[in-house]
Order: sequence, then C-alpha cells, then structure tokens
Amino acid sequence: MHELGIANSVLEAVRAEAQRHPGALPVKVSVRVGELAGVDPDALTFSFEALTSGTEWARLALEVETCPRLHHCPACGNTFRVVDYQFACPACGAPRTECVSGDELELAYLEMEEP
Amino acid sequence: MNRVPMEKKVLSENDRIAGQLRERFGENEVLCVNLISSPGAGKTSLLERTLEGFPRGERVAVLTGDIQTDNDAARLARFGFPVRQITTGGTCHLDARMVERALEGWPLEDLDLLLIENVGNLVCPASYDLGEAAKIVVLSTAEGEDKPLKYPSIFFKSALLVLNKIDLLPYVPFDMAKARENARRVHPDMEIVEVSCATGAGLAVWQQWLQKRRNAMAAEMIVGIP
Repeated sequence: MHELGIANSVLEAVRAEAQRHPGALPVKVSVRVGELAGVDPDALTFSFEALTSGTEWARLALEVETCPRLHHCPACGNTFRVVDYQFACPACGAPRTECVSGDELELAYLEMEEP
Repeated sequence: MNRVPMEKKVLSENDRIAGQLRERFGENEVLCVNLISSPGAGKTSLLERTLEGFPRGERVAVLTGDIQTDNDAARLARFGFPVRQITTGGTCHLDARMVERALEGWPLEDLDLLLIENVGNLVCPASYDLGEAAKIVVLSTAEGEDKPLKYPSIFFKSALLVLNKIDLLPYVPFDMAKARENARRVHPDMEIVEVSCATGAGLAVWQQWLQKRRNAMAAEMIVGIP
C-alpha cells in the first residue's frame, strides 16, 4: 500500500505547477500508470481522495490512464500488446521481443480553470 | 479551461536522489544491489551467509530496512562488517532519500559492495529506485511457484532471481521447473540461482554472480577512463 505516498507525490507536483499559474484553479490531474508499475489505480484514486477531501484541493479530480505492456519485435518491426505473458511476435512469430512500455508512472497533464 | 502538459515521472524527486546515489556509487566503484522479497523468504539469512563467506577486510557494507526493530542489523553485525538499520516506522518500502540519509558520514570510497535489504514486500519496493546497479528478488520454496505471475512488476525489474530454501524441496509441493518457467514468462532474460541458506548449497553460484557484477563494474570503470 504505497499508493498514499504516490498520491502525495502527485499532489506535490500539482502544487508546484499551480504556483506557476497564479489565480488558476487546478481541477483535474492526469497520470499514466503502466500495468507493470505495481501501482493499483483504485488504491491510488482512493488515496488521492483521502488526501484532498475537505482541503483546498477538494475540487481536484484524479484521472488514471492505465498503459498496457507493449513489446517491439526487432525482426519485423511490429509493436504489439502483450497478453498473458505471450512475448512471441504475433506477426512473424519471432520468439524474442523487447518490452518498450508498460512500467509508466508519469504525470500526463493538469487542467486548470482560468481566473 | 487550460490544460498544461506535465511530462514527468510521478516519483521524479525519488528518481533524482536515486540518480545522485547511482553517480556516487559509480564514482567510488561501489556495486550496490537491492534485495527484495516477501517477508520470510530469507533475505537476512542470505546476507548472513554472504557476509560469513567474505574474508576479513572485504570492503562490504549492509543497509537493512524494516518497519520496526533493529533485529536484522543485530543479526548481520556479528560478522564484523559495517551494518546500518533503516527503520521506516510504518512505510512498506525503502526510498532513495532513506538510503541517502543512512549513508551520511559513511565513506563510500572505503567500499566495493553495498548490499541493501529492502522491507519484506513484493509490491511497493518495485516502484522505488534506490540508485542500485541491480534489483535482486528472493523467492523461497515455502511460497507458491506462481509468485512471478502474481507480482510481475518486481520479477520484471529484477536482474536476478534467488530461489532460496531448496533444502525444503522434499517436504513442500513447490514445483521448481514451474517457478523458473513463470519467472522467465515475466522476464525472459532473468538470471536464476538456486540456494539453501540452511545447507549452503548453491551459495558459491550466488557469490560468483556478485563477483561477476563487481568485475563488470570494474571493467566499465577502466574503459571509462579516457
């Protein structure tokens, strides 16, 4: 259950960004969470709500975009989503492919209401 | 409505500190490894046997993390090498700042190897870079062979899987072939060693793995000198 700490890091990033836009009201922050990141989107959302409710950030919504594990095939150049740990390239059958995404834990954007 | 892109990592502050640590380890030629497992898989036992196998004067030190108690530091200090306990006070993982603080006043130039024992947990430690050269995951035969499939993140991010407690294989339903297959399903290039901290079986292979990484680091430093 480290999602509370991660939710707090998200909130700190929002605070820092908001300081650069005086008077604007942050209303939505979006984060990308890969399926290999080891972060549970529901627990993250729950933690974020616990941190913000009843505070000046109560109107700030969290959007979690989950990112699938994608592999790239060096043999044929195909990029595909890995399902059930099947790493062989579905296009050409090459057994060895490389993981190119799926462990994201990134801030995507912040939406603010202008003053 | 104004939408501002925030293209950065959520744990960028942790990653910044981890990056500084990695740089310091590199400058001082210290191989740092981060041991992760569920509680009871045998991280501390593996470290005990590792320290026991080193000659006196080996330039090795240990940081050991726990939520409460300094029991592990006491167990590990018996071998005469420097050991520091990080008590997280409830936090379920180590982060880079905890490591940075624990290293304060510790001359890294006196070390070749830093072993970090994370808090017993297969989930949260996977998210936190500590500046280590490699994460190592320990799985014991008293657990299920499907752990790699249940906790893919840590098996994906670890360079080495240490399968511990192989002396128990006659008494437990653990399927070793299946465990290895599951680990490689999540992480096809994963290196695997089988050990028993009780009998000492396989420990030489584990020591060789560490030595290989230390040699690789030293070779990299030589190549790096212009």
